[in-house]
Amino acid sequence: MDFTLSDERRMLQDSLSRYLADHLDHERRRKTLDSGAPYNADLYKGLADLGTLAALFPEEAGGFGGTGPDLALVFETLGRAGTLEPFLPAALAAPLLTDHADLVEQVIAGESIVTLAHTEPDARYDLADVTLSAKPTLNGTKTNVLFGAQATHLIVSARESGDRLDPEGISLFLVPTDAPGLTITPLTNVDGTASAQIAFTDTPAETRLGEPAQGHALLETATAHAILALSAETLGAMEAAKDLTLAYLQERQQFGRPIGTFQALQHRLADMLTEIEQARSAVLNLAGHLDAPRDIRERHVSATKNLVGRVAALVAEEAVQMHGGIGMTEEYELSHHARRLVMADHLFGDVDHHLERFIHLSGG
Amino acid sequence: MDLSFTQAEQDFQQEVRDFLATSLPHDLSEKVRLNKRLGKDDYQRWHAILNDKGWLAPGWPVEHGGAGWSPVQKHIFEDEACLAHAPRTVPFGITMLAPVLLAFGTEAQVARYLPRILSGEDWWCQGYSEPGAGSDLASLKTRAVRDGDHYIVNGQKTWTTLGQHANKIFCLVRTDPDAKKQEGISFLLIDMDTPGVTLRPITLIDGQPEVNEVFFDDVRVPAENLVGEENKGWTYAKYLLTHERTNIAGVGFSNAALATVKRVASEVTSGGKPLAQNPFFAARLAQVEIDLMAMATTNLRILAAAEAGRAPGPESSMLKLKGTIIRQELTSLLRRALGPHALPHQPDFLDGGDNAETLGHEQAPGAAANYFNMRKLSIFGGSNEIQRTIVAKSVLGG
Ligand SMILES: Cc1cc2nc3c(=O)[nH]c(=O)nc-3n(C[C@H](O)[C@H](O)[C@H](O)COP(=O)(O)OP(=O)(O)OC[C@H]3O[C@@H](n4cnc5c(N)ncnc54)[C@H](O)[C@@H]3O)c2cc1C
Repeated sequence: MDFTLSDERRMLQDSLSRYLADHLDHERRRKTLDSGAPYNADLYKGLADLGTLAALFPEEAGGFGGTGPDLALVFETLGRAGTLEPFLPAALAAPLLTDHADLVEQVIAGESIVTLAHTEPDARYDLADVTLSAKPTLNGTKTNVLFGAQATHLIVSARESGDRLDPEGISLFLVPTDAPGLTITPLTNVDGTASAQIAFTDTPAETRLGEPAQGHALLETATAHAILALSAETLGAMEAAKDLTLAYLQERQQFGRPIGTFQALQHRLADMLTEIEQARSAVLNLAGHLDAPRDIRERHVSATKNLVGRVAALVAEEAVQMHGGIGMTEEYELSHHARRLVMADHLFGDVDHHLERFIHLSGG
Repeated sequence: MDLSFTQAEQDFQQEVRDFLATSLPHDLSEKVRLNKRLGKDDYQRWHAILNDKGWLAPGWPVEHGGAGWSPVQKHIFEDEACLAHAPRTVPFGITMLAPVLLAFGTEAQVARYLPRILSGEDWWCQGYSEPGAGSDLASLKTRAVRDGDHYIVNGQKTWTTLGQHANKIFCLVRTDPDAKKQEGISFLLIDMDTPGVTLRPITLIDGQPEVNEVFFDDVRVPAENLVGEENKGWTYAKYLLTHERTNIAGVGFSNAALATVKRVASEVTSGGKPLAQNPFFAARLAQVEIDLMAMATTNLRILAAAEAGRAPGPESSMLKLKGTIIRQELTSLLRRALGPHALPHQPDFLDGGDNAETLGHEQAPGAAANYFNMRKLSIFGGSNEIQRTIVAKSVLGG
């Protein structure tokens, strides 16, 4: 067994951490949010130039990574720094763009953003729940499209045949965001990240990704990548929340001593640290099985999303609680990580969804 | 044993229901139901309606304009008001300051301030906490130095809830820096308009400017604004804490929240079926409901003891602990029930008029904001860690 990083990965992680330490801190992040911009375009370009996006794509597609460990280390580093930039869409799109080298090149350069438009207003977290139709043009509505208003291209899931919940019959289409018939409503999520609701009215469906009506398997693959990326990002945010809490317990004085000397808080900190190690292992499990056969991979997908979701809520709630009033303020960095930690559970299936799915995948 | 209310209590319950059905404005209850943001006007409107009925100050004696209700009557009113989605009454004047004035204030103070609380002329806020004095409240540093017939106040308070709406603040201040921690503290009433008082809003995790910092820079306060005796303020503050923890369990809030979660779970679907039929979600919800049923009875047991004249001991800490855990879990369940719809931040809907549009379910815009805001329940009013210590000490000593 070997849990060490290869030299190349270590170099990427080092340069990424260093760049983020130099270019992003809580004040600059808040400045971006206050400006109303969805993210800092200069920071995004700078990170793209470092090869951050290239690390999300396999060599065949023009990148230099794309494996589970690549995604895990990039996103943990991004999450720890609290980046708002559109990396998650790239992680989602990476496995779907194998035949579109030109577009991949632009994504890697930070010049195009490709995002998945999949969730529908009544679909909750079920990947097969698709009603947007492609007969032959696209008609319907997608919500929670990450960076939908900033994207240059959408990957849209649409039903060509079958009934509402059938896994069969779903196709994926690549649609430029300047295509006719798109109504894009930009939104900001509770954690500050950008998303959009998009209505399609007779939008042409010219470019299909993969085989007709066989899109469900591709969706699962893309979602597996996204769940790994998001889980690793969440792990990074947990580490940041933990560091802040640790420092606060040592510096905050009440009753004439640091609050970290109260056993009630020490034990809770110890539980938090233990659970974060569990989350780290869950992320590694998924990273190591991202390319495994479908049934093995998907068990790890649901196990990881469930465990990380549970730990993330615990870390957010405990970190705020142990900070007292300060932890409740918008000004202080912790509340930003806390919001990200909690709201990540609402993307790609929450703890309950993945618990149920894990039981089902395990033959239950 | 009889777990039901007496006939008189049931009649009272019906009277409360009838009143709420006819007098609670629909636009106000809609705001509360959807976790929209209430402004000063909203609170004042509801206070005025309650005051017209003589119900604004449940615990005050009738001769001072109060309702003179028993603990059980107060409980019934709070429960019904929550279920009807009435705004909460702002507690600082009514349930915090007034009992202290009635017990320890001068006749002049009672005569001056109580009517102004009822009429809405005064909006009080609570100036206890300081940056360095939270759980360890007795370490507070704000100084008040006697100068003729005034006190000169210098220092800083923080976490002052809704201080931006207030014209008065009741403060704990240090009047004897040489005495032991708890013994040099006084209870002082300060006009927020006095020169030298400044306010800085603090935005909370849900984006709301709910609390404030209040700075005192050579603020001259008339000595007649001292409540009770100099250096005895800690006693009054403790009196306030033990005697006015009526709604501490928040059973009414939880009952209302439970009903909301149930309704949402029956309206949204998961895998083509109502979420309420999903065994995982249903199990979570059932667990909270079971806890809440027991806590409602714990609460009534403590109320019955209070009616029999026994002062609440560590039970009020238990109620605070269990009550906040249940309330927080319900906010978490509502957020989860909404699934992806809980993600977007929709301030227009939360702040806006009735016609501001919502995305997804009508409960979606307020769900995550309320979840985050309610983290405060286990921090303020004596954090849950402090409550656990009180409970343990009551049996272990120390
Ligand atoms: C939204 C909000 C509204 C508020 N409104 C008001 C108001 O209107 N007026 C007012 O005066 N105050 C108000 N408060 C202040 C509130 O009472 C304090 O936040 C609270 O007393 C905790 O103090 P602190 O924030 O300084 O945390 P700290 O006391 O610094 O506590 C930090 C952490 O340490 C723990 N801790 C501290 N001491 C111990 C111990 N001995 N053993 C174990 N654990 C311990 C706490 O439980 C907490 O987890 C409000 C607070 C909030 C968040």
